[in-house]
Amino acid sequence: MGTGIMTITVDPIATLPPQPLLSRYAECSMWLARYMERIENLARIIDITETFVRSGATDGWQAIIQINADEETFLKAHGQYTAERIISFYVIERDNQTSIAALAHAARENARSLRPIISVEMWAQLNVFTNFIRDLKASDIRPGEISTLCTKIKEECQTHTGITEGTLYRDQVSVFYNIGRFLERADQITRLIDIKYHTLLPSEAGVGSEVDISQWSALLRSAAGYHAYRRVMAGDIRPSSVIGFLLKSAAFPRSLTTNLRLLHNGLTQLRRDYRLLASSNILERVEHLSAVLESQTADQIIVSGLHEFCDWVQSELQQVQNEIAQAFWPAEPVVVRPLQSLPPLEPFPAFSSQTQSHSQA
Amino acid sequence: MGNSTHKQTGHKQTGPSPTVSGLSATTPSEGLFSTYQNGHFFCELTNSGAPLDPRIDLLRQRLNALPLDDLRARAAQAEQELYNLGITFTVYSERDAIDRILPFDLVPRVLTQPEWRHVEAGVKQRVKALNMFLWDIYHDQNVLKDGIIPRELVVGNANFCNAMMGLDVPGGTYIHIDGTDLVRDETGRFLVLEDNGRTPSGVSYVIENRHTTLRVMPDIASGIDLMPVDEYGMRLQSALCQVAPDGVDNPQVVLLSPGIYNSAYFEHVFLAREMGVPLVEGRDLVTENDRVYMRTTAGLRPVHSIYRRLNDDFLDPEAFDPSSMLGVPGLVQAYRKRNVTIANAIGTGVADDKAVYAYMPRIIQYYLSEEPILSNVETHICAEPEGLAYTLANLDKLVVKPVGESGGYGLLIGPHATREELAEFSRKLMDDPANYISQPVVQLSVCPTLCETGLENRHVDLRPFAVTGKDTWVLPGGLSRVALKRGSLVVNSSQGGGSKDTWVLAS
Repeated sequence: MGTGIMTITVDPIATLPPQPLLSRYAECSMWLARYMERIENLARIIDITETFVRSGATDGWQAIIQINADEETFLKAHGQYTAERIISFYVIERDNQTSIAALAHAARENARSLRPIISVEMWAQLNVFTNFIRDLKASDIRPGEISTLCTKIKEECQTHTGITEGTLYRDQVSVFYNIGRFLERADQITRLIDIKYHTLLPSEAGVGSEVDISQWSALLRSAAGYHAYRRVMAGDIRPSSVIGFLLKSAAFPRSLTTNLRLLHNGLTQLRRDYRLLASSNILERVEHLSAVLESQTADQIIVSGLHEFCDWVQSELQQVQNEIAQAFWPAEPVVVRPLQSLPPLEPFPAFSSQTQSHSQA
Repeated sequence: MGNSTHKQTGHKQTGPSPTVSGLSATTPSEGLFSTYQNGHFFCELTNSGAPLDPRIDLLRQRLNALPLDDLRARAAQAEQELYNLGITFTVYSERDAIDRILPFDLVPRVLTQPEWRHVEAGVKQRVKALNMFLWDIYHDQNVLKDGIIPRELVVGNANFCNAMMGLDVPGGTYIHIDGTDLVRDETGRFLVLEDNGRTPSGVSYVIENRHTTLRVMPDIASGIDLMPVDEYGMRLQSALCQVAPDGVDNPQVVLLSPGIYNSAYFEHVFLAREMGVPLVEGRDLVTENDRVYMRTTAGLRPVHSIYRRLNDDFLDPEAFDPSSMLGVPGLVQAYRKRNVTIANAIGTGVADDKAVYAYMPRIIQYYLSEEPILSNVETHICAEPEGLAYTLANLDKLVVKPVGESGGYGLLIGPHATREELAEFSRKLMDDPANYISQPVVQLSVCPTLCETGLENRHVDLRPFAVTGKDTWVLPGGLSRVALKRGSLVVNSSQGGGSKDTWVLAS
């Protein structure tokens, strides 16, 4: 290069300071992700249970009630457990806040709030999907049709995830979205393990039997992990290896460890790329969670109490959610001023003289 | 044979028309237009009278060549698309958001360049006069002192806002976003029906209608050069920056919406997106030391210009309705300290009032020393002796409207009234003449519209949108609303009206 004038070209987009993000958008983005994950998870569980029950095992339906801790609400609404009622309760009953219909409604409301900033593709697909869910009737969820319906719902959720991945602008909104998604996946996997483990384990005689193996397979399928597990563990299906896979596999997209890592990445991005230092404390909590998980084998976790472990993880994740809310969308405006104590507006000088002259005119 | 078909044939004989590519040639006697008649109304597409622009003729030929089923299929596709994209107004029931689309008619309404230039100049003139009028009534009130308009009509108006007295708004602009409702009479003359200087809505449909037309009728629109409508968001954003408080280098603009439960929420989303600014609700904003901030993940960030889609009454519970949860406490005080700009300004409603409307020709004269480019619908002010005399003498031919602040009651439609009703109304008029204006019934223009049996004439109006920062820019075209019921003059969406794409031919 000669001695000419050196020109520096600067990409104006790359050099812009980070745009502030409305707190409400961050909140809605996170919850949109969480609700969509929940819908997908629930559809998968209903689908698997239906197949599982159809193939001869009984009593599978009640596990869903347990996963969601819905015993009381369900019995109040329906009196007794039957497959039809449980399916109805979890698919179309809007009064049940954990149903697919209620979750889809909540996802839609959050997406409506986010419409100015999400892609048109995201909105259009969500709009069509949530309208479809809203219009489901009892006749659409008959036992023979539920599996097809669940497959469609799962596919729509995955389409949503794909469209989001492919079209959502990668600024703070997408970071909060991802934080929501990974938080929810981490939470869901522990719920799944917890309940299945308790439902399945008590029958000592059944350990290693055909029924037992098909139950553990169902658990893996509920987490979309059956084939991946097969590849890693070949022919061996034992409680500790299944649980180890679901909790600790670094390569399985729905494992606890994977989602804690991704959650950590998201929080780090907030701190590093957007200078949101409030994420520091939250990062520490996630790091602690990961450390506790990594420090023990699945066998050790089972021996020292799997249920207690899952419980603890869930309450820590709840704390993470609370701390994020506290840091980025505090419930109250920063300045709280009760209405009564406000001084009256001082009258505008020009205004009072003018009105006087009118009334005299 | 209908008037329109005749015109079309005539044109074919007098000049070469562009070829209709990709569509089979159809003779007028068997095409979609074969049964269309515009009756004694002015037709926006067959242009009763004036020589037809070859591009309009081309458009008609192309439409004419479409089988009715094809047009219906495209209409269904357009409506499905609008619904899926959520280009809707929303009605909330107890637990559902019921999305309804504004019915969309595919047959565009076309304005030629000279027609548009006339409308544009008229709208600009009107906005200028309205802003000067508002400045005056909130400052020296010369227009009242000079007796151009009765003082009580202005200062006694429910929309007159005392808090605005003496406030110097940036650029002297009160009405940043204006929608002027126009109609055309049977001769094709544009007339102003109403000024909308508060929070006029509908501009999102103008732009979405264009997108929809180009998606479902690409072959129909192909090669016809239209003035673009996509600039609106940028123009609006730049106007709102221009009127930001002095001394702010990089103003933060926001759009303030009542929220997702508002029926016009889609339009708020659309405008925020087109401007690239946050769509905020009242709870997203706070005031501190008479400045406005928005709550972000990084804490409070200053806000300088607010395009509000909330009525005055809801803006600030401290200044107006204390029970409103939609607004921002302290906003009006921050505004009065000139730390934030509100668009449209507070108190603009006084200028788009029916009573003030009647005086607009005189207001334009007073401030600009110009004749109005766009006339009002002929309006008789009953407060004035000649107006009252004329109204009483012609009651059976007139629409009489109360101008009082609690308007909406006591409208008389003369041609539809019984003798008893006319007699009773005469007494009311004489008791309180100042409360009334009267207008002739305007025979609104029509446009071919897809109906049950094919293309029929339906009445349309036009709402052009003007954006004013330091200067005024008018979006080419505007919202054409169409009364979908046969013979109906009511184009409101709440009463079964729909909308059409409005084309302005380039050059």
